[in-house]
Amino acid sequence: MTGIVSILYMVAVFCFAIGIRMLRQPKSAKQGNLISLAGMLIGIVGALIQPLGEVDNNYIWIAAAMLLGTMIGWPLAQKVKMTAMPQLVAMFNGLGGASATTLGIVELMKVSAETPGGSIAVSILALIIGGISFTGSVLAYLKLEGTLRKQWVVPMHNFWNLLILVGMVVIGAIMVVQGSVNIPLLLGLVVLALFYGVFFVFPIGGADMPVVISLLNSLTGLSAAAAGAIYDNKTMLIGGILVGASGTILTLLMCQAMNRSLWNVILAGKFKAGSGAGGGTDQVMKEITKPDAAILLQYSKNVIVIPGYGLAVSQAQKTVKELDDLLNSMDVEVKYAIHPVAGRMPGHMNVLLAEADVPYEKLLDLDDANAALKDTDVVLIIGANDVVNPSANDDPSSPIYGMPILNATDAKHIIVMKRGRGTGYSGIENPLFFHDKTQLYFGDAKASLQEITEELKENA
Amino acid sequence: MEAFNLFVSNHIIEIYVLLLAIFLGFELISRVPTVLHTPLMSGTNAISGVVTLGGVILVRSADSADYLALGLGSLSIVLGMINVVGGYAVTDRMLKMFKKEKK
Repeated sequence: MTGIVSILYMVAVFCFAIGIRMLRQPKSAKQGNLISLAGMLIGIVGALIQPLGEVDNNYIWIAAAMLLGTMIGWPLAQKVKMTAMPQLVAMFNGLGGASATTLGIVELMKVSAETPGGSIAVSILALIIGGISFTGSVLAYLKLEGTLRKQWVVPMHNFWNLLILVGMVVIGAIMVVQGSVNIPLLLGLVVLALFYGVFFVFPIGGADMPVVISLLNSLTGLSAAAAGAIYDNKTMLIGGILVGASGTILTLLMCQAMNRSLWNVILAGKFKAGSGAGGGTDQVMKEITKPDAAILLQYSKNVIVIPGYGLAVSQAQKTVKELDDLLNSMDVEVKYAIHPVAGRMPGHMNVLLAEADVPYEKLLDLDDANAALKDTDVVLIIGANDVVNPSANDDPSSPIYGMPILNATDAKHIIVMKRGRGTGYSGIENPLFFHDKTQLYFGDAKASLQEITEELKENA
Repeated sequence: MEAFNLFVSNHIIEIYVLLLAIFLGFELISRVPTVLHTPLMSGTNAISGVVTLGGVILVRSADSADYLALGLGSLSIVLGMINVVGGYAVTDRMLKMFKKEKK
């Protein structure tokens, strides 16, 4: 039996690796996810039949717990709107972390005189990393939902940050050296880990949430790996490390897309509401009327759409596709410029537009889009803000200075669809809205697009 | 030093496995198109649900009268399963939307 179980565990690991590999290409991605799922099921079977010596097995408890988890997870995944996807992924991720923390707690409660120091150490690691990931993810969830929009930085934030870390290391070291665990120390460790997650994510602004989720994702992987070390389970160990390592790379890729270092994002304080130039000036925003907007679009040669979170919030992806088709029938070429961090998660816009059947080849990445914008008649910005903020190019005092943006001002005309006159999610003033070429169309993205589509139909 | 030597020689396989797995994780992710960043994040997130295996082993090894261990162990299975089932299902839903390009 031991041999069979070892092989099952090995197959599971390969399924994970092949699955991740296949997720890299659009054609094979769906299959890759299923292979990875198969690996997970094989791994679970392995854990169910693995010989453990004289044990009580308690299969009833396990079956009930699995059923309950499935009954909660499945409907959540089916019901969620595509736009709320980032939040849900953050939430699932947090629960994985909480699971590792729970394991760490139980294992530490079982510590006896014979428990080797190494086992205590990995239990502590699983508890701490999982705990940070849990509360951090919950906070990221709240920030993405918009329930929590504040971000405060306590004085000497980095000092307290370090102090909590040191505190956790000290408690951990005491447990390992003494070779015993008492309840106050254990509770202290749990509280510190949970608090650290909150403390770590709180000062980070909404615009940086994609990076944070990716980072938390890799932390959850590491906590699973640490838990794997507790049970000497290679599937957990390697699976967790794969997630940790690939998550780290993905995080760095995202930071690269924003031209910031990871430390800059984490140590935060950079994104503060209302900072940056352009605030409080007497510049005015020019509005555009419905017929003017329709005619401008209709008589242009080509249009580039720059979607942002506003498109996601109002579920306007199908409406924009409708406008796209209509313009196509009028011989206007429509393309989409996708900024790597548009929306609340990398690739967020791609997923939404794919849902509305917009073909891939119409989506331009940052470099291609900026080349194309120089030869574009109208750029239509739908609920995007920071990714088109020219301050990033020319205003060193702006919090986003240095971030690569889509150079909307290279196009001949700019129409911005925007809900209101405010500064939006990140709270940074955007001089593009006051630009000579810019005309604003206020209102909910979906409603605005519908109005213009109706107008175009009448003109046709 | 003695303890360190003993630890290393007892765990040398694990150390190899760990380093190779880190290397593999880095390699697997290089050069991913932005289109797939979100599904990839969500797909790897589902994999971190392997922590469920630990919950299963914990509950199986627990004394059938130790309700605290059974309760907490089952809780970790529930949480892990939500991560697994939800993670894979949501990734699958996302990927279903990437249809073949139109000719």
